[in-house]
Amino acid sequence: MTEHGQLLAELGLNVPLHDELSRATERSFQRTIGAQQNRPKAMAYFDGVLHGAHGGRIAELVAARAAGRKVVGTFCVYVPEEIALAVDAIPIALCGGSQFTVPYAEKTFPRDICPLVKSTLGMAFAKICPYGPILDYTVGETTCDVKKKTWEILADDTFHVMEVPQKKEAIDVELWRKAVREFRDKMEQLTGKKVRTERLAESVRVMNDKRRALQRLTELRKADPPPISGLDALAVMQGALNDEPVRFTQNLDRLNAELVERAAAGVSPFKQGTKRIMVSGCPSVMGNWKVHHLIEAAGAAIVVDESCTGTRYFENLVGDAAQDLDAQLAAIADRYLKINCSCFTPNSERLDDVKRLARDFRVDGVVQYVLQYCHTYNVEAIRVDAALKAAGIPSLKIVTDYSEEDSGQLRTRIEAFLEQLG
Amino acid sequence: MTRTAGIDIGSRTTKVAVLEDGRLVHSRVVDTGTDPLGRARELLSSLAADPQSQVPVTATGYGRHLARERLGFPVITEIKAHALGADRLFPECRTVIDIGGQDSKVIRVESGRQVNFEMNDRCAAGTGRFLEVMAATLGYTVGEFGLEALVAPESVAINSMCTVFSESEVISLIAGGESKQSIALGLHESIISRLLALVGRVGVESPVVLTGGVARNPCIRALLERRLGVPLLVPDEPQIVGALGAALSAGNGARP
Repeated sequence: MTEHGQLLAELGLNVPLHDELSRATERSFQRTIGAQQNRPKAMAYFDGVLHGAHGGRIAELVAARAAGRKVVGTFCVYVPEEIALAVDAIPIALCGGSQFTVPYAEKTFPRDICPLVKSTLGMAFAKICPYGPILDYTVGETTCDVKKKTWEILADDTFHVMEVPQKKEAIDVELWRKAVREFRDKMEQLTGKKVRTERLAESVRVMNDKRRALQRLTELRKADPPPISGLDALAVMQGALNDEPVRFTQNLDRLNAELVERAAAGVSPFKQGTKRIMVSGCPSVMGNWKVHHLIEAAGAAIVVDESCTGTRYFENLVGDAAQDLDAQLAAIADRYLKINCSCFTPNSERLDDVKRLARDFRVDGVVQYVLQYCHTYNVEAIRVDAALKAAGIPSLKIVTDYSEEDSGQLRTRIEAFLEQLG
Repeated sequence: MTRTAGIDIGSRTTKVAVLEDGRLVHSRVVDTGTDPLGRARELLSSLAADPQSQVPVTATGYGRHLARERLGFPVITEIKAHALGADRLFPECRTVIDIGGQDSKVIRVESGRQVNFEMNDRCAAGTGRFLEVMAATLGYTVGEFGLEALVAPESVAINSMCTVFSESEVISLIAGGESKQSIALGLHESIISRLLALVGRVGVESPVVLTGGVARNPCIRALLERRLGVPLLVPDEPQIVGALGAALSAGNGARP
């Protein structure tokens, strides 16, 4: 990563501190993803995406900007990427997964807010986020109270907040469709380009192809034992939020082809009969491999993720039958409104999702992963637990942040949960 | 004669139990200190007889993975170990409450197998270490602490759950003229309230077995019995229940 030191210095970053972040992240990577045995060869590309997120990808974005393209930062899987792509803008997820930057946020923000928000803000406050200086525009949303109040502090005229409704009634569908059209207007103003039917159809195809490839990867994890670890599948998903989508999909197709061969030949990082676990709840964004590592180091295989770094990102395609722009935008809005985030009420669809995935992936147990201070997932876990119990599926709730101080206790709880599964 | 051993490397104490044909023949408890591996080796060499004996050993407790990596022992969690150990001592047992050095656990057991459990997360409030620190703050030994609390004329409410904050709170209560016994009782009650929150999440089925070093504290036993409304079964040596469970699992398919 140091090869890009010059670039990071030109962007005005604190390069020595950024080097510390890189070393901390690399240590964490080597201890978790890097320590695995029998990985698919095609994972080399996705390891590269993670390593390039503060290097090669930045150089690429700087070059794209020089060529007139705009970079749009996002914080949530509700932001419709196809609309940005249709005017040649480049959407990039900004969420932070590193404990290293959390103390920098705690200097001004409350300690008792979620680690994802603190890590993201700390990265910017410490001047070690390479995306900050190259953002042309940023899109927030209303999916949590902490984010909403944070936007009020950060927002300027290059910041837009999409209003995600809290229910899914007819009036909410209208509100959300309007928010999507408004986002289209903002993207047009930013780029000086019009969102046109053909280009939008093209970017819908790009995003649907990416979703299909991720769905295929997920499908392949149904094999027993799965041909890929949950940690590797997570690394792929983390890359999906950062990488150029067409290139990402091509490389994911390669990985999927290798996984088909591995599954046919019975090649897996796991032994037959390894306990199959679903992780459900909050996202694990780039830099955060903590809970996935703990679960798989304890001897289980994560076979599906019901989270924003899992099925919530890629389930459901955008309908491509629409012929005119209004119908296209409505189809996009409707696809995104099918995401079942705990910010909605009542969110019974998510209970159905969890039960369906648990059955389809033949999981032995579910780990409900809650980032500390994420109240909606934390409280919703009670209903999820009850739904799983009624379906005869054991679950364990873990509430944690990015720090390592509770690793010993988490390890014991996870191992005891696996012992309980028999 | 078949001999097996279990070692429970806890955050505060290390325990060993040795079985012969399934019968407990030796046990010992020592402070873990800063060299858990050295302590483990020492305990096993004196209790499992000569190192050539090839006695199967299973490790549990906070230091189990160190023992797995460095001594090659299979491991089980302390949850499973306490469930197995309590079931051996009290075969009718349905709930195990273990209060150790830095963890509290509530385990629901059916026929010796854990079916559900809850454990305190991260902080050591409401555990043995909390009691040690508070006893020292009041100038009691750990042994005196529970006895003094039992004879307190009244209880002083302790609001803080955090070990560090509780210590400050205790110091200001002493400065405010409260009796040491009443403060001691208040501290015991605060541990019990915290424990009852864990118990509530798992649900209690009688009979209930209390294990771990804190089970030796008479005030904790009395308060817990009163608040749960059921009699507690307390082993003669509550500290070695985890080691006993590990010994029972040794040579019996524990995860290497």
